[in-house]
Amino acid sequence: MARRSFGEKGFDVINIGLLGLVAILMVFPFLYIIALSFSDEKTIAEGGLILFPKGWSLEAYRYIFSTDTLVRSLYNSILITIGGTIVNLAMTSLMAYPLAKTHLLGRRGLLMLVIFTILFSGGLIPTFLVVKWTGLLDSLWSVIIPTSISAFYLIILKNFFQQIPEGLEESAKIDGANDMVILLRIVLPLSLPAMATFALFYAVNHWNMYFHAIMYINDNSKWPIQVLLRQIVILSQSAVGDSSSISDETVLPPQSIKMAVIVFATVPIMLVYPFLQKHFAKGVLLGSVKG
Amino acid sequence: MQHVSTLRRWQRQVRRDRWLYLMLLPGVIYFLIYKYLPMWGVVISFQNYSPGLGLFQSEWVGLKHFERLFSEPTFWMLFRNTILLSVYQLIFFFPIPIVLALMLNELTQQAFKRFVQTVIYIPHFVSWVVIAGISYLFLTPEGGFVNELLGLLGQDKVNFLMSTEWFRTLQVTQVIWKEAGWGTIIFLAALAGVDTQLYEAARIDGANRWRQLWHITLPALRSTIVILFILRMGDIMEQGVEHILLLLNAVNREVGEVFDTYVYTVGLLQGNFSYSAAVGLFKSLVGLILVVAANYLAKKSGEEGVF
Repeated sequence: MARRSFGEKGFDVINIGLLGLVAILMVFPFLYIIALSFSDEKTIAEGGLILFPKGWSLEAYRYIFSTDTLVRSLYNSILITIGGTIVNLAMTSLMAYPLAKTHLLGRRGLLMLVIFTILFSGGLIPTFLVVKWTGLLDSLWSVIIPTSISAFYLIILKNFFQQIPEGLEESAKIDGANDMVILLRIVLPLSLPAMATFALFYAVNHWNMYFHAIMYINDNSKWPIQVLLRQIVILSQSAVGDSSSISDETVLPPQSIKMAVIVFATVPIMLVYPFLQKHFAKGVLLGSVKG
Repeated sequence: MQHVSTLRRWQRQVRRDRWLYLMLLPGVIYFLIYKYLPMWGVVISFQNYSPGLGLFQSEWVGLKHFERLFSEPTFWMLFRNTILLSVYQLIFFFPIPIVLALMLNELTQQAFKRFVQTVIYIPHFVSWVVIAGISYLFLTPEGGFVNELLGLLGQDKVNFLMSTEWFRTLQVTQVIWKEAGWGTIIFLAALAGVDTQLYEAARIDGANRWRQLWHITLPALRSTIVILFILRMGDIMEQGVEHILLLLNAVNREVGEVFDTYVYTVGLLQGNFSYSAAVGLFKSLVGLILVVAANYLAKKSGEEGVF
């Protein structure tokens, strides 16, 4: 008996130790980058292992805010994230609500239409041509409109709406409210936690997006922060590089500036993370997309 | 009442639900334009599409682009690279969230458990660009953390970023770092559903922790594991362009180029719309077949399918 409890204690210690190590491995890269972004360029150039800011300096951040490019790309990212999320939520909830009504004629067909888009897509090139044809190229709308509804989130939200008791809506209907009023006044206020989750998921997607931007936006004054980050950290680093996508980059920015840009591209997510964390577990557990 | 025709009943229903249909309109238009129009747009892979002539005037060439694709050595390179990355992820990434969830489940201190969960979910919300950026700064031979560490240990520097041998390791490691923690959520949820009485009963019967794990915990995860495994099999052709594009360079292209990045490079950067659309269509079709087959297998094996 005593031996088993000794063994179990050993197991607990190892388990806690390993999980602690995993947690450290997950945050260490961030801490390292943040530390270096506050370090003085000379100390970084000297090399060696740095864990804490050495030769404390705000130079990198001062430089960033002195350049138009970075401030403008932050501004673009904020516009895309806020505008895009509003469009996402409006479009997704407007479509999810009718689809949650089991008596709706044609509902099954429409659900199949939606689910099929998860299984098959026309692909990158035809989608690009459609975005071009609808006149969105080189505008911020090009990264908002073509992704305005996620079929996955739509179906999860539809399932969520279906669980709201009918009674509330029925009584409003008797009072003469139409479905639009019911959605706005009754269903959405009851769904605030779900809407908050989707808002945050959509917002994270917009903030992190770079690929649509490099496909659809050539004008570099409209680049979001992630595209700028790719330009100055990744494309300038690979000297052999992907010559097709390097612009006229000639000066390599110093390490501390690269790190400061990484911090800027990450911090907004870290700021919303604590709020997000409460809700997201529910949002992930979609389980099935059955109609 | 029995004689009211179906048509009349439908008309009445549509009139009654007119607001609902109105609300559906923007969404339906969105799906038709941005999801279904591109599906129709795949016809360009049977044409020599030229932007000047458009969809209707471009010359029809039948299966020419597909014949070119299947006869080129590039095809086998893309196929091998895509499948290999998927298989490596299946082997090295797939089990990790399960193990992590089991380890978290064994923790008795709730505060520590919550702390670890909070921390390991973070990387999921970080963009691929930031992850690639961090990797570059860590791995660069010019003062990167890892190479400095190798230097301290008396090892030679390794140019991980410009290497064909390290590409797959790097790619899979990034996937593990980003998604391993997040992947635990679905398993932890399944574990939370296990009746604690089962464990008590097992303890009374003298079962130790390993036996409890083997006879209670793992069977509780079985259906989740099967479903996720089968879904991953269905996704075998999907190696995201967003991720891989950031790691590709002239040196590692032969091991790193996958279908999606090839479509982007050849189609958008070099302007071969029709040929790259054909490559994309081939990938989508194989993907569709795999997903449907995987779902069928899931149902066959007694699990609930996904659609």
